[in-house]
Amino acid sequence: MARIGVFICWCGENISRTVDVVKVAEAMAGVPGVVTSVEYKYMCSDPGQKIMKESIKNDALDGVVVALCSPLMHEKTFRTAAEEAGLNPFLLEVANIREHCSWVHENKEEATKKAIAITRSTVERVRYNLQLKNITVPITARAMVVGGGIAGIQAALDIANGGHEVVLVERTPSIGGHMAGLSETFPTLDCSQCILTPRMVEVARHPKIKLYSYAEVESVSGFVGNFEVKIRKKARSVDTSSCTGCGICQEKCPQKNIASEFEEGLGKRKAIYVPFPQAVPNKPVIDRKHCLYFTKGKCKICEKVCGPKAIRYEQEDEIVEERIGAIVLATGYETLPATFFPEYGGGRYPDVITGLQFERLASASGPTSGELKRPSDGRRPETVVFLSCAGSRDLAKGISYCSKICCMYVAKHAMLYQHKVHGGKAYVFYMDVRASGKNYDEFVRRAIEQDKAIYVRGRVARVYEKEIEGVKKLVVKGADTLLGEQVEIVADMVVLASAVKPSVGAAALAQKVGTPYDQHHFYSEAHPKLRPVESNTAGIFLAGAAQAPKDIPESVADASAAASKVQILFSRKEMERDPYVSMVNSDRCFGCFSCEAVCPYRAISRKEIKNRSGEVLKVVAEVNAGLCQGCGGCIAICRAKACDLAGYTDQQIFSAIRGFNTTSTYEEEVVKK
Amino acid sequence: MSMNMNMKFEPKIMAFVCQWCTYTGADLAGTSRMQYSPYVKIIKLPCTGRIDVQFIVKAFEEGADGVIVSGCHPGDCHYTSGNYYARRRFEMFHELMSFVGVDMRRIQFAWVSAAEGRKWAELVNEVSKRVEELGPFNVFHALREQANELNP
Repeated sequence: MARIGVFICWCGENISRTVDVVKVAEAMAGVPGVVTSVEYKYMCSDPGQKIMKESIKNDALDGVVVALCSPLMHEKTFRTAAEEAGLNPFLLEVANIREHCSWVHENKEEATKKAIAITRSTVERVRYNLQLKNITVPITARAMVVGGGIAGIQAALDIANGGHEVVLVERTPSIGGHMAGLSETFPTLDCSQCILTPRMVEVARHPKIKLYSYAEVESVSGFVGNFEVKIRKKARSVDTSSCTGCGICQEKCPQKNIASEFEEGLGKRKAIYVPFPQAVPNKPVIDRKHCLYFTKGKCKICEKVCGPKAIRYEQEDEIVEERIGAIVLATGYETLPATFFPEYGGGRYPDVITGLQFERLASASGPTSGELKRPSDGRRPETVVFLSCAGSRDLAKGISYCSKICCMYVAKHAMLYQHKVHGGKAYVFYMDVRASGKNYDEFVRRAIEQDKAIYVRGRVARVYEKEIEGVKKLVVKGADTLLGEQVEIVADMVVLASAVKPSVGAAALAQKVGTPYDQHHFYSEAHPKLRPVESNTAGIFLAGAAQAPKDIPESVADASAAASKVQILFSRKEMERDPYVSMVNSDRCFGCFSCEAVCPYRAISRKEIKNRSGEVLKVVAEVNAGLCQGCGGCIAICRAKACDLAGYTDQQIFSAIRGFNTTSTYEEEVVKK
Repeated sequence: MSMNMNMKFEPKIMAFVCQWCTYTGADLAGTSRMQYSPYVKIIKLPCTGRIDVQFIVKAFEEGADGVIVSGCHPGDCHYTSGNYYARRRFEMFHELMSFVGVDMRRIQFAWVSAAEGRKWAELVNEVSKRVEELGPFNVFHALREQANELNP
């Protein structure tokens, strides 16, 4: 027979005004198995808790129901108190008779009946509560950061400076990301590379950071604190330890007309190349798709000219394994290519370029050494039209969101243009100008007022080419919605502020890691306001534009926040968490693995059951308590009733259901008395 | 179900709700002191995806006259997809119950977020009123008696 204690709170007048707590206590005293049932003015106060604690000891209780406010309020308080009195804290349940009863009903008789029903149901439930223990998980204090852009760099540096080892995985041959290619940054107009490259060097030199460039995450298994990560180091065809980075191979390589990714296609590179002069690591890589030796079987010039003999044609991809405790996803963004906008002549006219291409044209390290020239004929553009919201907030392009950074960089572009081409005309077509941020609006005002950018509110319908006096110009036709008239601008260059979207492969990586993403493939945060840099998967954190379009300061702030979250996790050797996890009865399980299919956390694995001679008798589901978050999806789907959820077992729920209704006449009798 | 004939019919409605959205939404209705019908009683679950349709059958078997299932809005599930499974499961269950002849007005599926205290109060009032009009679920309760007779 159970020995249950029921403790009912008046909550001053909050409960007692509409619920007759004395009657609730009387009613519960008559329930089989209830050995004590008392009410008190303030149960949560020290004397109130003392009543419960003493009763736990004196009445040898094996179950406790406290009927008071919402469990979100005081469940923890009372469970801690119960534990102090020697009772397993999970044998205590809260009956919510304030938020769900006294505060929402005025009729005292009805409210009392409902309070009795709620408390009774909780008593029935608590009969089947199991003694549970918080789960402790050991933590490997090593982090992996995926993505070597500014967010990844910042996160890696912060974690490493905190004293923990970091593995930084970057897909391209160098870290730096988009920021390395930007000209100047808003709202200060300081040179992007000048602020970024010292940090890149710091990463390379940091004793706690292990950098895998030209590498990708192959697979991730395990759970928070205990991830097993496989990383594919793509074949560089260069032995980075003996290569000195002298650059002679790059100089002598005969394959020279390959569009450079770093230059956004506006410049050329060789088949063996370092993406940009300040690359980290500053070691070349052979692009096997274009290398003459790999495509035609001859050449080998780089091998011949290489002093330290670092060329390795036979090198293969290598898989390395790392044990990791936390992962920061900082995979960044890309923008829609110009070819995505046929209505603006993108892909057809070389002088219709994207914002990122304009960055390269305006950059001192770019293909034109910072001089603004048209890609088609090298002429100085006398008139440039900037189109903001190219693709953003445009359902026809499948993008509902605002890309956030464009308003600012368009203003910056207009400014830079004016600084480089004096007397030139910069038109900006915009929907609205969204410049919220420290010194941002002032920056846009400066572009308009000082640098005379002409802002036209409206959209552009189309862009077409027209030859005027032997020069190919671009005619931009659009509407000025403020004046309510059509406008036509003859321009030399059109710059599309094309929409920001997550990097290619962001979703594939999320699937490997087991973390959710939205319909646009941006990674989903655990809570949009309170947990912005955590994912819903324990131990996976987010930084930068992989989560939503973000500018540099936001990405850096994110990265530091994620790094701080990682360090909170690493501050303990073990992690404690709720014991509400699924359990599998392997006798009942027949291995349909429906649970495996519904589990959003990949917490279900397959376990072989063998006989003594080692033959496999059957394969059953097994729950990894470290991964399981206790949603209970596997239980509802289980046909064999082999799964159950600790803390919310079928038996507890069925008993609670019964508890509501066995009181059908009972409550009435008590209330009438 | 024994019911005093001169008494007003007080429907018993059981609500299976998830702890993240609807339970917290009901808490909000409480802290906002919204008054609503007292006939709905809540059973808290981690997620609507945890809801086995047997819970609903059990509720009726134990004397409920109506049932509410409510969780997070689509896309808001704390566990990313539990509410979608609940919705699909509920669709199938709906078909089955209609086939058996249960008046589906007794079962209500809803999305109530943690911010929708008002919506919770309205939902409770609406379902209470409807079930009150439908009267006690005697058909189902009689089934139990029949079953007991068949398997004494």
